Amino acid sequence: MSIPLDQILIQTINGVVTGMILALVASGLTLIFGIMDVVNFAHGELFMLGAYVGVVTAVATGTFWLALISAIVVIALLGAMIQVTTLRPLLGRDPLTTILATFGLSLVLQNYALWQFGPVARNMPEPITGHFTLFYLDYPWYRIAIALLSAAIIGGLWLFLKFGTYGIWIRATTQDRVMAAAMGIPVPWVHTAVFAIGAGMAAASGVLFGPLVGVNHAMGLDWTLKAFIVVVVGGMGNLGGSIAASIFISLLEAYASLWVSPAQAVIVSFVVLILTLLFRPTGLFVPTPK
Amino acid sequence: MTSTRRPIAFWTGFCVVLALLIVAPLVLPEFWRRFVTEILIWGLLAMSSDILIGYTGMVSFGHSAFFGLGMYGAAAALISVRPPNLWLALVYGLVAAALVAAFVAYFSTRLRDIYFSITTLVFSQIFYVIIFTWTEVTGGENGLTFRRPALSIPGLFSIPFDSNTLHWFVLAVVAVSYLVLRRITQSPFGMVLQSIRENEPRTRAIGYAVERYKILAVMLSGLFAGLAGVLYAVQNRFAAPDFVFFLISGEVVVFNVMGGIGTLVGPVVGAAFFLLLREGFSRFFTEYYLIWVGLIFTAMVIFMPQGLLGFWRRRLNQ
Amino acid sequence: MSGAGIPGTSPLVTVEGIHTFYGKSHILHGVSLEVHPGEVVGLLGRNGVGKSTTLKTVMGLVRPSQGQVRYEGRPITGVPSYRLARIGIGYVPEDRRIFRLLSVMENLRTGLDRHGVIESRKQALLDKVYEYFPVLADRRNQAGGTLSGGEQQMLAIARAMMLEPKIILLDEPTEGLMPRMVSQIKNIIEALHREGVAILLVEQNVPLTLEASQRVYIMEKGVVRHQAPSAELRANDAVIHQYMGV
Repeated sequence: MSIPLDQILIQTINGVVTGMILALVASGLTLIFGIMDVVNFAHGELFMLGAYVGVVTAVATGTFWLALISAIVVIALLGAMIQVTTLRPLLGRDPLTTILATFGLSLVLQNYALWQFGPVARNMPEPITGHFTLFYLDYPWYRIAIALLSAAIIGGLWLFLKFGTYGIWIRATTQDRVMAAAMGIPVPWVHTAVFAIGAGMAAASGVLFGPLVGVNHAMGLDWTLKAFIVVVVGGMGNLGGSIAASIFISLLEAYASLWVSPAQAVIVSFVVLILTLLFRPTGLFVPTPK
Repeated sequence: MTSTRRPIAFWTGFCVVLALLIVAPLVLPEFWRRFVTEILIWGLLAMSSDILIGYTGMVSFGHSAFFGLGMYGAAAALISVRPPNLWLALVYGLVAAALVAAFVAYFSTRLRDIYFSITTLVFSQIFYVIIFTWTEVTGGENGLTFRRPALSIPGLFSIPFDSNTLHWFVLAVVAVSYLVLRRITQSPFGMVLQSIRENEPRTRAIGYAVERYKILAVMLSGLFAGLAGVLYAVQNRFAAPDFVFFLISGEVVVFNVMGGIGTLVGPVVGAAFFLLLREGFSRFFTEYYLIWVGLIFTAMVIFMPQGLLGFWRRRLNQ
Repeated sequence: MSGAGIPGTSPLVTVEGIHTFYGKSHILHGVSLEVHPGEVVGLLGRNGVGKSTTLKTVMGLVRPSQGQVRYEGRPITGVPSYRLARIGIGYVPEDRRIFRLLSVMENLRTGLDRHGVIESRKQALLDKVYEYFPVLADRRNQAGGTLSGGEQQMLAIARAMMLEPKIILLDEPTEGLMPRMVSQIKNIIEALHREGVAILLVEQNVPLTLEASQRVYIMEKGVVRHQAPSAELRANDAVIHQYMGV
């Protein structure tokens, strides 16, 4: 083997960490699609704005955790507002219109961030400093923490959907929106709530990811694209699938960057997507219905 | 209205617009001259996209790949052959775009609706990454610069382009393309495409090889998009990976929707509208003008989904 | 034979001159009918005359282009169906449409979590429904999609009962069921009637409808052609033959 084992292991951990953040972003996206057939092109921008809210709060208050919570709340509210004003009127129309509307929104949000915060990237301090020795590297504890936190948030979502009162509403609406309404479930508000939850999760990922690279207005775009790929590969609307796909693709990319530059490693995810669409269009991990 | 009146109305309108565009560079200041030429080029790109979106019902986000490859193809010709030859640039660009279109068509036409759109988007990103990272060939991030060729027929004459003659050349190409595309949409082939858009299963049931038509539609669309790319390269004398990035495809779809899909002319108007809006706003709100453009676009999607010319769709297609 | 709806009271639900389109198809050409509190009213007619569409229009699932639907005297045309469910209109659709991936219990809960319903009343409702449908009690944690056709039908009715509705719109509940289940459904309709729940019953099964309801409307080609007390039609079935060819 030309690549030493320790590098492979390091990349495995890196892949899992990135995969968990991606899973957090993609869960929101797939939830939104599953329940209201909306392809939210602006999802990456919600991630980015979440990171900014996080940075601003962290710098102002000094605590990371407050930053995380405020980002989730603020962006969830923003998401709710967006859904009510822009997406509700489009319910029932051609899906192209929601793609376009959210595309327009992503333009607005991205440039708003550019205008408000300027083009220079901002630094977000890590909440957990300190490293442990992983082979020859000083591996930051923070990265492990991100993976755990993401898992916790996703786990919380899953529990809420399975056991919470409103979780039943969400699941019923996802399965049969007309019948859910006939049962008294206020479907338009369920849609708003789900969009808000998705937005909040994207914001959380943004804050978690912030300390790794620095926060700037263009960071959302890559994530939008990756999240889309993950959602399709995992099966649209399939929560478990998108989590598995996130980790799978991130691992592949991490391994690929042992050979090629990270900019080229993204081709891996594209290829996986194309292969999935050709051979297993309902999702890589979902058995193709006959 | 009798059927003989429509063609007369059409041709009159066409000639009027053509005349205006011919005169334009003579009366406009330099900046606006170039601006109009650019509108024509983007308009051609938008028209090519309309074949897919408006007539076949396939929303492609991959046009940046065709446009970009047309551009880089032309660049290849203009750099490698001295003196730079316009016709060679055209050939290289169109061939490059056609190859890419065939490649993309093969994979993506098996898929429907949103999966088709995502696949085309991903393909443009694949090409973007390849072009961006293959620095030795494509110049990577910085792109390629080259000299503008002259309008020449070997052995007969050679006229270097100035901004007026270039404009007229572009205008000629775009006008002819429009007429060609229009003819195609009105032909039996075009009718099949539209029937695919209206009701794909029924078209298939009647016996048409839908996949084959879709592939042809993508290639046709890609060819004209590549042509726009060649024109862009000739006008601006550079090629850059930014043009292959999927956002460009997104903008093209914006032009289509703003102008009205399925009209061929609409997307050109949409391109003009968007570019003028962007230019205008950038003068008033120097910093955050795109916010307003985005808001207007989103509002149009919600309240005016048929686009600016959408209500004329039937008439424009007679 | 159970008593008819209380005479002299104003109707619970009135449908006034409804015209409904599906796309370009003109399905309902001015349907009018009414259901009084506690009444079981049958809606008969051949396939495709618009019986289901009428129910869907009442439930707000389809918007009429003309005409009015009233509930307790108040116009409800255009009111979203989730509001209607909350004010007491229950709907059991033709294909049952239970939530396949939710358990039986969760299916029932979708109707249970409403404002102002305290936990003990929720539990009481669940217990009552499990009494009516012991099969559902047995299968309470099973996914809805694993139930048999008859069990799904019972779940669909039970689910509507969770709303404590004043009227249930029942669309062809016995379709595709075995005779044993059909009589079970009839018993349930009668039990609901005893409790004072009004029912608008769309059915192809004429004898069942005539036995279970007090009044019957007969539809043909998108309009109500005939109306009569069931007793009358039981005695003289010439009209039935005329409209239904049965």
